[in-house]
Amino acid sequence: MIVAAGPVIPNFGRGSPCEVNNGTFCTDWVRAHWSDTLQPALVQHIELALIAVAIGFAIAFLLALVGLRVRVLDAPIGYWADFLYTIPSLALFQLLVPITGITVLTVEIALVSYTLLVLYRNMVEGLRAVPAEVIESARGAGFTRTQTFLRVELPLATPAIMAGVRIATVSTISIATVAAFVIPKGLGYPLFIALREDVFKTEIFAAGALAVALALTADALLHLLERALTPWTRRVRHA
Amino acid sequence: MTTLADQFQPGTFVDALRFIVDNVGFLLHLAGEQLELSFAAIGIALVLALPLGLWLGHKHRGLFLAASVSNVGRALPSLVLIAIGLVVFGLGFWNNTAALVVLAVPPILTNAYFAVDGVDPDVVEAARGMGLSEREVLTQVELPLGLPLVVAGIRIATIFVIATATIASIAGGGGLGDVIVNQASYGLAGVVGAALCVSLLAFLAAMLLGLLHRAVSPRHGSGA
Amino acid sequence: MATQAAELVFDEATKLYEGREEAAVDRLSLAVPAGDICVLVGPSGGGKTTALKLVNRLITLTSGDIRIDGTSIMEHDLTELRRGIGYVIQQVGLFPHMTVGANIGTVPRLLGWPKQRIALRTEELLELVGLEPEDAKRYPAELSGGQRQRVGLARALAANPPLMLMDEPFGAIDPIVRMRLQDEFLRLQHELRKTVVFVTHDIDEAIKIGDRIAILREGGRLAQYDTPAAILEHPADEFVAQFVGGDRALKALALHRLSELELRPVAEADGAPRVREDTTLRDALARFVSEKSEVLLVVRADGTPAGAVAREDLLR
Repeated sequence: MIVAAGPVIPNFGRGSPCEVNNGTFCTDWVRAHWSDTLQPALVQHIELALIAVAIGFAIAFLLALVGLRVRVLDAPIGYWADFLYTIPSLALFQLLVPITGITVLTVEIALVSYTLLVLYRNMVEGLRAVPAEVIESARGAGFTRTQTFLRVELPLATPAIMAGVRIATVSTISIATVAAFVIPKGLGYPLFIALREDVFKTEIFAAGALAVALALTADALLHLLERALTPWTRRVRHA
Repeated sequence: MTTLADQFQPGTFVDALRFIVDNVGFLLHLAGEQLELSFAAIGIALVLALPLGLWLGHKHRGLFLAASVSNVGRALPSLVLIAIGLVVFGLGFWNNTAALVVLAVPPILTNAYFAVDGVDPDVVEAARGMGLSEREVLTQVELPLGLPLVVAGIRIATIFVIATATIASIAGGGGLGDVIVNQASYGLAGVVGAALCVSLLAFLAAMLLGLLHRAVSPRHGSGA
Repeated sequence: MATQAAELVFDEATKLYEGREEAAVDRLSLAVPAGDICVLVGPSGGGKTTALKLVNRLITLTSGDIRIDGTSIMEHDLTELRRGIGYVIQQVGLFPHMTVGANIGTVPRLLGWPKQRIALRTEELLELVGLEPEDAKRYPAELSGGQRQRVGLARALAANPPLMLMDEPFGAIDPIVRMRLQDEFLRLQHELRKTVVFVTHDIDEAIKIGDRIAILREGGRLAQYDTPAAILEHPADEFVAQFVGGDRALKALALHRLSELELRPVAEADGAPRVREDTTLRDALARFVSEKSEVLLVVRADGTPAGAVAREDLLR
């Protein structure tokens, strides 16, 4: 389902000699179209991913609060997530179209669904791995149940939770390229156009590199955040 | 947003099912194409990644490689791989196959590495001390013990590859994606019908490999 | 069970790790006569386990030599060498994906024995180490720690190797079961007469198990190599005396039994408490203390009196 082409169509065939000959990488095209093609696509891509991970995190957290105490949820959530993971993203996007239309909502529903499994599992496993005696001594020291959760359990589960967030974020950035099959947004869209425009190499490499760089940068930033949140894990690991 | 602005159409699913029933032969043919491409890619990835991962795990070397391959692999969007495959190889057999191989290698390599690397070192030392050759240590002790993890990696790779083979249609890959990306010819009902078929295909493949995974997983506990 | 034991000689055996100044094993020279148990004992960092692993080349010699029946281990093919040496470790290292029977049959299978012979041998070994024939079908995860160690021993004995290497085989087992395994191992050794190198950090185990004890000190240097009695009675230096402990005189008493003493006439122990003649002198001394008695009546296994023993007799 390709939406009518907007202003992102490259100058292929009409631009510089490099562009006309479809050179491997035309820096002049990138410079000329950074602000009208690549930058908007990058910003849209970040938006798509950020919204998906944020909503996914909120839903997974609520589910984990329940699943933490009631193990009944584990099996159904596990089965549902396993089933969902086998559905190719392109198919899932299209299956949602009759219900939610060709909208950002369709894309976000699919993206959020994919983040849920890894976020939920890491949260629940991280929280369950907090040693019972640590919780007991916190309660013994006079912490209320809420205080124990916020000040003891949650911090100790942070490494596991952050590992889940990192995987979910990188995967979402990757899958969000496929969203361009439904809506003309994100880094998938210039890729898509370049493929249709007789494989315009420069645009493919530029958009592809941006997508990979975005994923790796997000991963690195989240890694730094994780280290800042869990200063106590640093020295122990290398002791 | 400039879209075709579809509204909620539950009828589409009925039409999609009708499309499937009316075009069973055609859809089966496309599914066959897609599986052919997928299996070729998985096969090549297995030949490349499995021996390397097992060997590195056996030597306990290349942890950095195994970990980075899996990280970078996750960061490589499948659409980017398909597009770059087309740029590098041009339209043909190799453009999509190569892209799918690149996608399949990380989970296979990483899981094979950690499967063998993680086998209880005492068991390995006992085996070596008893006079098993290095190859026998790998094939008779490390590989059987690590097999569940190895198969889990192959399962993940297969799910990825079948899913991405759908996208490969835009680069001449054939398969059910041909219908999904061509609403102009098949209508929304056709697109949704093909999407259902792809989901079914991927789900069946995942289930079969899940059964295999269960078959090779230990019934004898994890102790000793 | 016909078997021949091998003589094992360490000849200036040395292991140096790159980047470390002190040797792990430093010019170790000692000879273990065929059929003897040699216990390597010492503090951690003494290189006991390293010395053991040099023999089956899990660790490679830096210099010096180790010979089995006169042939250098470096002249053997590596896998041939290892298949000819039984190897038992503390963590046992049973293959969790194989049944007990398959575990025991590993080396015979590698050696290409016919199936029938492997089955017979497995059954024989299970009985030898005190397990049931049905245990052959079980998986290691279903066994207790003591049972696993028995299987480990059976597996090491499978191809009837003339030399056994045992690295703290009873170290991870609770004290009561450990005692029983030690006793059974000694009974087995009495029958099999293998040459055994046995590593432990427990001096009491060393005294109980060893025909000879090699005490290694930090830096992998041999402090003393002798019989348990000689080490307890004449420690070579302050380090050995410290290591065997201030109670070495008591430990030495544990090496002898009342039956070895020249007993006094029965009449001297009129009405005294009774003690069996296979009691060790150490346990007998404990009886003197607990009974607050000067003399004990020594009786044979069937209960008939053998003689009398006085407290001062023990202290000679």
